[in-house]
Amino acid sequence: MRKLLLALAALTLSGCGYNDFQRLDEGVTAAWSEVLNNYQRRADLIPNLVATVQGAADFEKSTLVELTNARASVGAIKATPELVNDPEAFARFQAAQTQMTSALSRLLAVAENYPQLTATKEFGELRAELAGAENRIAVARGRYIKAVQEYNILARSFPTNLTAMLFGYKTKANFTVENEKAIAAPPKVDFSKPAAK
Amino acid sequence: MRALRSPGVLMLAVLLAAWLALTAPAATAEVAVPVLKARVTDLTGTLSAQQRDELEALLAGFEAKKGSQIAVLLLPSTRPEEIEQYAIRVFDQWKVGRKGVDDGLLLVVAKDDRRLRIEVGYGLEGVIPDSVARRVIDETITPRFRANDFAGGVRAGAEQLMRLIEGEKLPPPQSRPAQGGTSNLDSMFEWLVPLFAFVVVGGGILKAVLGRLPGALAVGVVAGLAGWLMVSLGAAALFALVGFILTFVNTGGGRRGGGGWSSGGGGWSSGGSSSSWGGGGGSSGGGGASGSW
Repeated sequence: MRKLLLALAALTLSGCGYNDFQRLDEGVTAAWSEVLNNYQRRADLIPNLVATVQGAADFEKSTLVELTNARASVGAIKATPELVNDPEAFARFQAAQTQMTSALSRLLAVAENYPQLTATKEFGELRAELAGAENRIAVARGRYIKAVQEYNILARSFPTNLTAMLFGYKTKANFTVENEKAIAAPPKVDFSKPAAK
Repeated sequence: MRALRSPGVLMLAVLLAAWLALTAPAATAEVAVPVLKARVTDLTGTLSAQQRDELEALLAGFEAKKGSQIAVLLLPSTRPEEIEQYAIRVFDQWKVGRKGVDDGLLLVVAKDDRRLRIEVGYGLEGVIPDSVARRVIDETITPRFRANDFAGGVRAGAEQLMRLIEGEKLPPPQSRPAQGGTSNLDSMFEWLVPLFAFVVVGGGILKAVLGRLPGALAVGVVAGLAGWLMVSLGAAALFALVGFILTFVNTGGGRRGGGGWSSGGGGWSSGGSSSSWGGGGGSSGGGGASGSW
């Protein structure tokens, strides 16, 4: 009888929201995979971009080197689903991707000085694919942020926080919010008008 | 009341309130997503009634033939948002395209911003990659927009997009299945069958071991816990009550009477009104292209 009561007590603790945790956890994992997927999509465009740009006569070398380095440092980080449970690794990942974003936008800004390059069909298509990749990243990040928000609220609010405590569910790492508005807006890769920066 | 005074709960409440205050303002200043009533939504009064009806009929015919949904939205401005952010919000809300196939397409024109965007559903990313969407914008739509021919630009763009989609193998069109997420009520019904199974089998055993009243109480407690675990607190109370009463009333050694408790095919679909058109549940991951004129 006592054993039965103990089992019942354990059930009571685990009960509230256990299934919600599983559901939302899966949602976060899926949203994170989408983020990784789209960062990969962008990274995959870079070799092509570098090759195309290198074809242009005396293209400024430093921006190309910067981009190649950024690509390398992104590649050095193991982009796994477990990243969301490790705030430090998550921050490193985010920093590397931010570096890549800025290297890319600098390259595209510099490219504007080479009209014979920007006029080519190849470059135009790459630019469109790159803009699409950036937008997909922005969308995926937005969805990830929402998924994590939902999960973290569950993990921190009463009484489901008891469930989280019992099973050791921690809050998930999210993208830093200070500059979220700026991040959420995809970088301008539209060169039909003169670059502002 | 005492619980409210405990510092932990208070802290949590303050945290939650702060969090809400931080996140809420972001949602207020944005342009609202219009209610979806038709394939062509013109908030700028640019298209004549006839042009709109023609375009509507064209897109409706295409959906009947191919299954893909194409929606067009003309609005004055998306500020303060970028058109990309606005378009994905519209797509998320309208759910253009069939569920699972995700063959929806959305054309947004922000007339005063002089910006437009083609938002492509997941299922069409193969046949309309970003560079192709970009070409439709640059070569087909914007030249006409520059000449102030908005109806012509939208129509020509839609026609070219339809030709592109023609080339893709998609599941044949069929009557749209009713949408409707699983509500709490639905998941409660899902658990009714296991509950009855437990009451009948477990209840009989517990009653034999513990006696009639304690056995029924135990069944009620376990059923309530199961309800709490699987569904919600409200369901827990109901499950507990049902479990208790059924076990208490159920005489004999656990043989179930002929009570015809079937949980029935549960037709809890929220069938939308058939008079207006709606999205089929498709989604987009931000594919497509933007342009300006």
